[in-house]
Amino acid sequence: MERDRILLAHGGGGSLTRELIEELFLPAFDNPRLRPLEDSAVLSLKAQNYAFTTDSYVVKPYFFPGGDIGKLAVCGTVNDLAVQGARPLWLSLGVILEEGLPLADLRKIVASIRETAVEAGVEIVTGDTKVVERGKCEGIYINTAGIGEIVTPRRLGVAEVRPGDAVIVNGNLGEHGVAVLSRREGIAFHTSVVSDCATLWQLVKVVLDAGAEIHAMRDPTRGGLAATVCDIARASGVGIRLQETALPIGREVRGACDLLGLDPLTIANEGKVVVFCRGADAERVLSAMKSNALGRHACVIGEVMEKPVGVALLHTVIGGERIVDVPTGEDLPRIC
Amino acid sequence: MCLAIPAKIVELNGTAAVISVDGAQRKVDVSLIEEPRLGDFVLVHAGFAIHKWEKSEVEEWETIRAAAGLSGVTT
Amino acid sequence: MNALVSTINELARRVGRDVRLMEVCGTHTMSAFRSGLRQLLPSNVRLISGPGCPVCVTDTNYIDAAIALCRRPGVMMTTFGDLVRVPGSPSAGGSLERERAAGAGVRVVYSPTDAVALARDNPAKQVVFLGVGFETTAPTVAASIVQAAKDGIRNYFVLCAHKTMPRAMEALLHDREIKIDGFLCPGHVSVITGAAIYRFICEKYKIPCVVAGFEALDMLKAIEMLLAQIADGRAEVEIEYSRSVNERGNIAAQKLLAEVFEECDAGWRGFGNIPRSGLAIRAKYAQFDAAKSLGVKFEAARPHPGCRCGDVLRGVITPPECKLYGKACTPTNPVGPCMVSNEGTCAAFFKYDRKAAT
Repeated sequence: MERDRILLAHGGGGSLTRELIEELFLPAFDNPRLRPLEDSAVLSLKAQNYAFTTDSYVVKPYFFPGGDIGKLAVCGTVNDLAVQGARPLWLSLGVILEEGLPLADLRKIVASIRETAVEAGVEIVTGDTKVVERGKCEGIYINTAGIGEIVTPRRLGVAEVRPGDAVIVNGNLGEHGVAVLSRREGIAFHTSVVSDCATLWQLVKVVLDAGAEIHAMRDPTRGGLAATVCDIARASGVGIRLQETALPIGREVRGACDLLGLDPLTIANEGKVVVFCRGADAERVLSAMKSNALGRHACVIGEVMEKPVGVALLHTVIGGERIVDVPTGEDLPRIC
Repeated sequence: MCLAIPAKIVELNGTAAVISVDGAQRKVDVSLIEEPRLGDFVLVHAGFAIHKWEKSEVEEWETIRAAAGLSGVTT
Repeated sequence: MNALVSTINELARRVGRDVRLMEVCGTHTMSAFRSGLRQLLPSNVRLISGPGCPVCVTDTNYIDAAIALCRRPGVMMTTFGDLVRVPGSPSAGGSLERERAAGAGVRVVYSPTDAVALARDNPAKQVVFLGVGFETTAPTVAASIVQAAKDGIRNYFVLCAHKTMPRAMEALLHDREIKIDGFLCPGHVSVITGAAIYRFICEKYKIPCVVAGFEALDMLKAIEMLLAQIADGRAEVEIEYSRSVNERGNIAAQKLLAEVFEECDAGWRGFGNIPRSGLAIRAKYAQFDAAKSLGVKFEAARPHPGCRCGDVLRGVITPPECKLYGKACTPTNPVGPCMVSNEGTCAAFFKYDRKAAT
């Protein structure tokens, strides 16, 4: 490919599309299931239950400290499978490219996808490429759908969470959101914070193998930890109390949040898992997590209670209590 | 409209400064402060430094934060 | 900390009767809520939220004018994040957030200097900054106007709705329905103005005032100081936030305010007109005044019938006593600013209301 930018014709299904697939995508992801390049990939399923998930990625900007949209597209979907107790196996990869996207950027993103997929042990087995006119999307949008085989004998999920459960997180909160925000136009602040974007299957596996009774797991992405605990409290019909003194928040993240008037609890994470386990098994889960690089700073941050039903609370540093808000949607710098 | 935070001046160029809040840095205007110096702690609101803290005041703030279990600003 | 809480309890016992302390700053409301400090207060001490949130007291006709402005082609609206979700009157349509979704150029900025920079970089656009806020913020907007004047920037405008604290606090005291036993005075407003501006409240109305910082410990200390005054029968201006506040304030900022702004009457949601409580851009800088230069018309404010934000702000009713609360007016579909602002009295109540109901 001599050209240096994506053209509309790259999405046309003709020779340019073929070129893109054969010279960029196929070499990056090559595997027996993808190679035939049929309309569908054929998979042989052996296990009893599978998890299936999908996510679309529209992060702006698409290169950010600690990663890019490609890495995110693999991690996000792999992690959704992992927290369901499923070993991630196969991903589909749909990309929508903007006419004019520099091919050098696309190559970097594809390389990220490849690297991350290899690390996560997943194969890209099928894909699609479309190109839209300049201005109709911001560089690149990606959708990945993923299939994983359930390895846990018991079901994980909101129905299993019960009073007395411990709430555990594997490390520092708020890093991804702050890293991305620092590159957004108009906000203009500098930080050394790097996205925590990472694949969590290895960490989850270690937790599942620890002999502890795990009830549910979630990855606190958009809306942060706040959205996750509010969700679980409501869906499980329990109360959750977090301890503010126990929340692992790095100094740089806190500084950035102080500067912009943001709440670290509501900021996105892309390499974190929140585990709800039987209270008595908390220590077991913690030591399992700490044996993995992504769980070094794992800690218990709260507990599940019978009441108040459907509400997440925060026990504050001064000994007061407040309700954890369901975030309204946008992280806006505030001055009031 | 009162959200103002303490920050350290890490760069200074006339009335244009860069402040740091635990590593998060931004440009701010220091024209409302008397004799700002590199290393000074200032209160920042909406992109402006509105007050300069003496050393004793920084210490007071760090004590309050420590009592509440939060770390004070050190960079 | 524990010592402080027990002193507060002791003082409250000494005072005996019910005490209502009012904080008048949106950031104090937020800090109190986030730290859960109300749970630590004795049962006869109530901390009520007053009209210190500039979002909450901005009348709907200002939002309506902003919405109308940002619909004009060629206008780039710039604003602090706090204003984005505030609803205007029902007939004017949604909010700046909705206008942005409909295609209007609305940008959230962190500082008015960012807005000036946008004006510089976009000479073909009329960049309008929504100047809302009290004495803490007004000097930064004044500085942006002076900067624009100095740099010869002709496409920067401010739609000015700045307000000042002392007259509003006085208006609260004139209202016979409200009973206030002490004020936690706004900490950062006082950095600019100096603490002396509250002296008239003590001298004329015999109500103690303590200028408080924003850490939970600051507020607890200020409450302790207020209770001590009440117990002793004193009414003075004291400064808890001594690391940032003194009697005089920031002279450079005051000079800037005087250079760019002059006193004017202002409409406050729930209070109507409060004389001399607002700031208007002086004739000298009229070219930067969006109202004058861009021919903005402020309609008579027509808030949602049934909206009782004003009464809530004055502490006259609790949120559930408003007929719209929890029904037509919820955090996801707010009618008035008390529900829009994340820590507005009604929004905060809504969270606790739901918890209490379970």
